[in-house]
Amino acid sequence: MSSTAETAEHVMPARHYLNDNYGIRSWLLTKDHKRIAMLYLISITVFFFIGGIFAALIRLHLLTPGGELFSKDVYNKLFTMHGVNMIFFFLVPSVPAVLGNFVIPLMVGAKDLAFPKINLLSWYIYIIGGTFSLIAMVSGGVDTGWTFYTPLSSGFLHTNVITMVVGVIFAGFSSIFTGLNFIVTVHRMRAPGLTWGRLPLMVWSNYATSIIMILATPVLAITLILLGLERGFHIGIFDPKLGGDPVLFQHMFWFYSHPAVYIMILPGMGVISEIIPCFSRKRIFGYSFVAFSSIAIAVFGFVVWAHHMFVAGISVYSAMVFSLLSYAVAIPSAVKVFNWTATMYKGSVSMDTPMLYAMGFIGLFTIGGLTGLFLAALGLDIHIHDTYFVIAHFHFIMVGGMVMAYLGGVHYWWPKMTGRLYPEAAAKLAAIVTFIGFNLTFFPQFILGYMGMPRRYAMYSPEFQVLNVLSSAGASILAVGFILPGIYLLWSLKYGPVAGPNPWRATGLEWQTTSPPPTHNFHQTPVVTQDAYHYGAGEEVTVVP
Amino acid sequence: MAGQVDALYLFLVLISTFFSLLIAICIIYFAIRYRKTAGHSAEQIHGSTLLEIVWTVIPLGISMVIFVWGAWLYFHLERPPAHALEIYGEAKQWMWKFQYPAGQREINSLHVPTGQPVKVTLISDDVIHSFFVPAFRVKQDVLPNRYRMVWFEATTPGTYHLFCSQYCGTNHSAMIGEVTVMKPEDFAAWLESGKAEGSLASMGEKMFQQYGCTTCHRPDSGARGPNLEGLFGRPVRLQDNRVVLADENYIRESILDPNAKIVNGFQPIMPTFRGVINEDQMVQIVAYIKSMSQQTGEPLNNRSTPGQIRDTEVPNVQQQMQQDNQKQKPTGKQP
Amino acid sequence: MGQQREASTFGMWVFLLTEIMMFGGLFAAYMIYRLLYYHAFVAGSSSISVGWGFVYTLVLICSSLTMALAVSAAQRGIRRLQEIFIVLTMILGVVFLVIKGIEYNAKYQEHHIPGGFFQTFDAVKNHPGQEENIAAQEQERLEKGSKEQPALSPEAAKQAAAQIAKQSEIFFCFYFAMTGLHALHMIIGLVLMTWLLLKVRKGLFGPQYYTPVELSGLYWHFVDIVWIFLFPLLYLINRTHGH
Repeated sequence: MSSTAETAEHVMPARHYLNDNYGIRSWLLTKDHKRIAMLYLISITVFFFIGGIFAALIRLHLLTPGGELFSKDVYNKLFTMHGVNMIFFFLVPSVPAVLGNFVIPLMVGAKDLAFPKINLLSWYIYIIGGTFSLIAMVSGGVDTGWTFYTPLSSGFLHTNVITMVVGVIFAGFSSIFTGLNFIVTVHRMRAPGLTWGRLPLMVWSNYATSIIMILATPVLAITLILLGLERGFHIGIFDPKLGGDPVLFQHMFWFYSHPAVYIMILPGMGVISEIIPCFSRKRIFGYSFVAFSSIAIAVFGFVVWAHHMFVAGISVYSAMVFSLLSYAVAIPSAVKVFNWTATMYKGSVSMDTPMLYAMGFIGLFTIGGLTGLFLAALGLDIHIHDTYFVIAHFHFIMVGGMVMAYLGGVHYWWPKMTGRLYPEAAAKLAAIVTFIGFNLTFFPQFILGYMGMPRRYAMYSPEFQVLNVLSSAGASILAVGFILPGIYLLWSLKYGPVAGPNPWRATGLEWQTTSPPPTHNFHQTPVVTQDAYHYGAGEEVTVVP
Repeated sequence: MAGQVDALYLFLVLISTFFSLLIAICIIYFAIRYRKTAGHSAEQIHGSTLLEIVWTVIPLGISMVIFVWGAWLYFHLERPPAHALEIYGEAKQWMWKFQYPAGQREINSLHVPTGQPVKVTLISDDVIHSFFVPAFRVKQDVLPNRYRMVWFEATTPGTYHLFCSQYCGTNHSAMIGEVTVMKPEDFAAWLESGKAEGSLASMGEKMFQQYGCTTCHRPDSGARGPNLEGLFGRPVRLQDNRVVLADENYIRESILDPNAKIVNGFQPIMPTFRGVINEDQMVQIVAYIKSMSQQTGEPLNNRSTPGQIRDTEVPNVQQQMQQDNQKQKPTGKQP
Repeated sequence: MGQQREASTFGMWVFLLTEIMMFGGLFAAYMIYRLLYYHAFVAGSSSISVGWGFVYTLVLICSSLTMALAVSAAQRGIRRLQEIFIVLTMILGVVFLVIKGIEYNAKYQEHHIPGGFFQTFDAVKNHPGQEENIAAQEQERLEKGSKEQPALSPEAAKQAAAQIAKQSEIFFCFYFAMTGLHALHMIIGLVLMTWLLLKVRKGLFGPQYYTPVELSGLYWHFVDIVWIFLFPLLYLINRTHGH
C-alpha cells in the first residue's frame, strides 16, 4: 500500500542516542530524555498487556450469565486490577511519559528536559509503584474496585489494599515529577524565536496536562494515605461507625480522579493535533482556539468532580451546580473536534496509519464525549449511573480515544524514535481490526447499560446475555488489533526500511534532526521563525544539518 | 416519571446520532474528496472566528437545554411526594430487607401497588449499597450513616428487577431482588395475607416504652425531654439557635448521637442507644414517632425557660430508667 | 547558567505547589471534621501543650533564619559561615524532632493514639494518676459551666464528657496525620541539609553558583510555613483564659 513516507535511500546516522553508549548501565543511569522515553515505552507496554489479560479474562467470564468461569471473589479482583493497572500504570503515563518525554524537548528545540535526573527518577518511582502493584496482584490480588470506596475498602475487605495503594501513590509521584519537568521545560527552555504562539499543540496539550498533574495528583496521594491509615490503624475518618463520613472519601477521591481523566485524554488530543495537519498537508484550523481549549479543559476539569456522585448523597443544589459545570467542560472538547475536522477540509489528505488512528480517534472520541452529556444530565444519570453505560462511555474515550491516539502517536514518531519505518500494510490492517473490534466490544455496552445491567457484576440476568456475547466477541478481535503492532513494530526494528530525518515531510523541530536524533538532539540550537504548522509555504520542508 | 427519563434519553440519542454522523461523514468525505492527488495542494486556512463562535454557542445552547431538562427531572426524582406509601428498607451484605407500615416484612422482594407513589427509606448496615430498579428508572445509593429516600409510582403490574448497583463485595452481583407491582386490590389482599406481629408504629410504641423513652419524652411541662407528639416534619430550634427539620435522619441521629443536636431549653442528658437499638428497631421507632404527628407549624420549643430540670432530679431520672430497663429487658446495655 | 538557575528555581516552586496541594487535601478534611465535631476538637486541642507548640514555632522560625543566613553566606561565597549556619539549621531541626518525639510519647502514655489504643474516660478508672485525660477534663469543664452553656449536673456532665472524649479520637487522627506528615518532611529536610553540607564543605558555592543552597532554603522555608499553619489549627482551638 502506498504511504506518504519518502522512500529515497536513507542511511541510519552513524551515531545517535541509541548507539551512543552500550551496556545496561548506560540505559539504567541515562539522563537522556529519549532513552527514558524508551524505558517508559517498554514498561507501560508490559502493564498494558497485564491489564489487557485481565480484560480478556473478564470478557471470557461474562460470556455466560451464571458466571461459571471464575468465582465471584476472583472476578472482583480481575476488574479491580484491570482498572488500577490500566489507569495508573498505562493510561496516565502513556502519552506524556513516552511520546511527551521523547518529543517535547525536540519540539521546543532544547537539548533535554529541564531536569533530566528528575526525569530518570520519575521512571524509577514508576517502576517501584509498578512493583508494589505486581506484588499486590500476585499475593492475592485486590478487590475494592479501582475507586477504593469506603467503608468497603477501609474496613470490610481482607485483600492487599495497602500494598496496592502504595503502588498507586508511587505512580502518582512519578506523574507529578513528569508534569513538573514539562512545565519548567516549556517555560524556560524554548529555542530562540519560539514564542508561546508558535508552540506545537502537542506542547500546549502536555503543558495543560502537566498543570493538572501537579495540582490534582497530590490530593490523590493524601486521600490514599488517609485510606491506608484508616485500614491500618482503624481510625475513623471515613468510617461512619467511628463518626467518619464515607462520602468525604468520594469527594476527595474524585477531586483527583476527575482531573485524572483529563490527564489521560489531553495528551492524546495533542497527538491528534500533530497528525491531522501533517496528513492533510494543512495548518491546523483555529490554532489559538485549540490551544486555549486545552487550558480551558484543564481548568474546568477541576470543578466537576461531583458529577460522579449525583446519587451518592450530595444535595440537590450542589448536584445542579456540578451538572452545569460538566456541560461547560464538554464545550472545549467539542471545539477541538470541530477544528480537527475543519483542518481536513480542502486539505490534501493521505490515509497513512497515523491518520487512520487519528480519524478513528475523532469518531470514537466524539461518541464517547457525547455520551458524557447523557451522564451529566441529572435525571438521566440516576438511571444510567453505575451501569454498563458508564463503562461504555469511558472506554470509548479511553480506548477508542486515548489508546488510538497513543498508537497513532507511536506510529507517527516511530521513525523518529527508531530510525525505521513500520510495514504500512500490517499497520493499516491492525488499525482497522482495532477499530472494528473496539466498536463491537463497547457499543453493545451502551445498550446493556440502559437496559439496566449494573457494573462490576460477576453474574447477570439472562436477558443481558446476547449483548455480552457480542461484546466478548468484539474483545477477541480487539485483542488481535492490539497484539499486531507489538509484533510488527518489533519486526521493523531490524527489517523496516530506514526512515530518514523526515519521512512524513512534517513541520516541527523534531523533524529537523536525524532519525534517530543524536543524544544532544540538535547539532546547533535551532532558531524558529515560523508558526507551528507552516505547511504549504513551499512543500519542501528543509532539514537543518 | 420513567417515561420522561426515556424522553430525555431519546432526545440525547438523537442529538448524539446527529453530531456523530455529522463528524463521521465530514471526516470520511473530506478524506476522500480532498485526498492527496498530484498537482493539487492544500489550501492553508488559518481559521474562522465566526465559525468558532458558532460551534461554541450552538453546543452550549443545546447543553443548556439538556441541563435544564435533566435538572428538572432530578429535582422531581429526588423529592418524594407528600402522601406516598412508606416502606423502609435495609441493605446489608448481601440482601435487601423491607418493612411495611403495617408490619409485613420481606427479604429480597418488594410488593407495591400501582397508582400510588411509593417512598422507600433506606439505610445500610455495613457498606455503601445502591437501590436500583431499572424499570422505574430510579436509583439511590444506600449509606450506612443516614437515611436516603427513593420514590416511584408504578404503572404496570408485573415483576421487575431490583439490583444493587454500588459494588459492595463478594456477592454484589447476587444482591438482587424482585419488585412485584400489583393492582391496588391485589396489593391489599397481599398485605392482608402477610404475617405481621403488628404495624411498624405499634412495634415502635412497644420499643418506645421498653427502652424507657417515656420517662423523659412526655407531653407534660415537667418532662426532661422534648415532647415528641407532633414533632415529626416540623422545624426544631436547637440550643445554638439553629433551626433544623425533624425528619427521619434527625430522629435517628437523636437516638444514636443525642448530644449532636440539643433542643433549646433542654439538658444534654439523653443517653445514646448506639449498639442497643438496631436498624430494624430504629425504623419501628421512627414510624411510631411519625404516627404522633399533628399539625401546627411553629418551631417546637416547648420549654421556654432553660434549666427547668432541677439538678437533683437528674440522678433520679437515670436511676429510674435503669430500673425500668432492668425490669423489661434484662439484656439491654446501659452506657 | 542563568537559564539553568531560573529553571531550577521555577521547578522548586512548582514542586512546592504540589506539596501545598497535598497538605491542602489534609487541611480540607481537617476543617470539615472540625466544623462537625467542634467540641471534641477543642477538647483534644486542650490536651496538647501550647507551651511546647510555641517552642516548636520559635525553633522553626529560628531555623528559617539560620537557613536564610546560610543562603546569604553562599551568595557571598563565605564557606565557613555557610557551614555554621547549615549546621545550626540542622541542630534546630533535630531539636524540633526531639521535642516532637517527647510530645508523641506523652500522647502514647495518655492513650491518645487513635486506633486500637484509644481509650476514653474508662482510662481514668484504670490509670488514676492521669489528670490529663480528656474526659475528666471535659467533665470538669462542663460542671463548671460557661457563658455559652450553663453548668451541668455531674451525671449529665459525665455523659456529655464521655461522648466528647470518644469523638476526640478524630482530632487525634488529624493531629498525628498532620504533624506526622510534617515531621516526615522535616526528616527529608534534614537529609537534604546533610547532602548540602557535604557539598558546602567542598567549597562549591559562591556568587556564581549557589542554586542548591537557595533551593534547599526554599524547601526548608516551606516546611516552616506548613508548621505556622499547623500550630494554630491544632494547638490553639478556643484557647482563652489560660484554658
